[in-house]
Amino acid sequence: MKFKYKPAGDSAILMDCGNGMNEETNKRLVHLADLIETKEKEGFGEVIIGYQSVLVQYDPLRLTYNQAVDKLTSLEKEADTGSCQERRLVEIPVLYGGEHGPDLERVAQHNGLSIEEVITIHSQSRYLVYFLGFTPGYPFMGGMPKEIATPRLESPRFSIPPGSVAIAKEQTGIYPVPSPGGWNLIGNTPLRLYSPEENNPFLLNAGDRVIFKAIQIEEYNFIKAQVEKGMYQMETRNEQIGMR
Amino acid sequence: MFEIIKPGLFTTIQDLGRSGYQKFGMAVSGSADHYAHRMANILVGNRQSAAVLEVTLLGLRMKALADHVIAVTGGDLAFKINGALAPMWTSLKVKKGDMIDFTHCQSGCRAYMSIAGGVAVPKVLGSRSTDTIGKIGGIEGRPLQKGDVLPVEKQLLHRFQGIRRRLPASFIPKYENTIHVRIVPGPQESAFTKEAMDGFLSSSYTVSKDIDRMACRLEGPTIEHVEGADITSEGIFTGAIQVPRNGQPIVFLVGRQSIGGYTKIGGVITVDQPKLAQAKPGDRITFEKVTIDEAHALLKEQEKTFSVLTAVCMDKG
Repeated sequence: MKFKYKPAGDSAILMDCGNGMNEETNKRLVHLADLIETKEKEGFGEVIIGYQSVLVQYDPLRLTYNQAVDKLTSLEKEADTGSCQERRLVEIPVLYGGEHGPDLERVAQHNGLSIEEVITIHSQSRYLVYFLGFTPGYPFMGGMPKEIATPRLESPRFSIPPGSVAIAKEQTGIYPVPSPGGWNLIGNTPLRLYSPEENNPFLLNAGDRVIFKAIQIEEYNFIKAQVEKGMYQMETRNEQIGMR
Repeated sequence: MFEIIKPGLFTTIQDLGRSGYQKFGMAVSGSADHYAHRMANILVGNRQSAAVLEVTLLGLRMKALADHVIAVTGGDLAFKINGALAPMWTSLKVKKGDMIDFTHCQSGCRAYMSIAGGVAVPKVLGSRSTDTIGKIGGIEGRPLQKGDVLPVEKQLLHRFQGIRRRLPASFIPKYENTIHVRIVPGPQESAFTKEAMDGFLSSSYTVSKDIDRMACRLEGPTIEHVEGADITSEGIFTGAIQVPRNGQPIVFLVGRQSIGGYTKIGGVITVDQPKLAQAKPGDRITFEKVTIDEAHALLKEQEKTFSVLTAVCMDKG
């Protein structure tokens, strides 16, 4: 993978590979970001992964732009020869429809499907968390089947409740904190994507795989009670992914 | 300790920001104007990063519940002690029962009040800064409210504790209504026509009513794209000048989100970012292009000033 280096103000560099949004690119970007964070602590700051880029902060009091680019270029080569990585598979329980998913019917109607078919399609796919952004812990996910793609609402809602699972165009998302938005709400997860009081406040991470599991109201309430007491243990497993 | 009598328009507790969490979608937060923040702390003998109050435009009134040393820097918001105008950019002693007011905006947009010792709210994810989106830091992750009490860290006393300080005039910024900032082009300058870039650099833009800690939104001549304003979403940075479809620039400040999907024509250089934090609705902004090396030289010069002032004010004896 070949990167273009572009200045992002006077203390950050955008490494842009121009490959567009795809899983192979994401795998490499996650690996590269990890290398920068672990191997180049001197003079470098935060790293933010995008669909086809990594934004890297550097300290201009310690590195010139060219020195920073040189160091990143050598890491880029190292990232290319990366070996096997593990990827986490996270199961997210969702109560579809009802008061928590007021737009489920709209999604069904728009695509000429039944409500049950929408739930089946949404919960039987595997999604990739490309990166987090927008609000704390919000996952930018890919992999939603086109059969349930639905345009945004005409008028956005003022506040979407946390845990809402939503669809806009060909994307699906989960809202960690109350936010305005025009996405179609199809359900709600009892899990918290953002718990600032925890040692690890974020449920998901860039590079995670996500599957949704349809649950009923009793199970939803049961899990929610455990989550509120900090006693819920999320279902995850690790999968090996090769680097070509 | 201080008690908030009237919270004002938008008053928050801020340090120099929360680092390491942007990749999880958190804002960096921290004071919008790092220069005024750091000077306020130096004047009362604090570490530069100590938590201070960021006061926006007007309306804050609070009462000292104990004797303290404070300093107010940044925008001139008619800072008063017991109803009389008090000097800014100077360390001052306030007594238990004194009333502090910020009544109206005379220049700039945000004032910073440091308290010797620093505001002692707990650190959350490594910082005391208030993040109103993540709802953490400061007091319950929200702007201050009537009745809030500001805890203050006990200051380590040094030999010359009682000696007051002021900042020499040459280090005090003037907050004019026309603000000139320098930028480094990129990362998407090629998404704009040459005419668009030239027009952007030779026009002036008006600060819209819609300002907050996330961004300074500007109105003025449309900046034309070559092909379109959308890019695949990528990380954004403080000072980034984003130009969405309507061609009207938005400059990101410390409260911004971490990811954006629109072209950026350039980034405001670090030493000029405080000027944008002091821009208020109706102010005019002009932009000038500099090289990265020039930006770095200016930053080094500024940091030298900070080291000298810190050394003078911190008695290491």
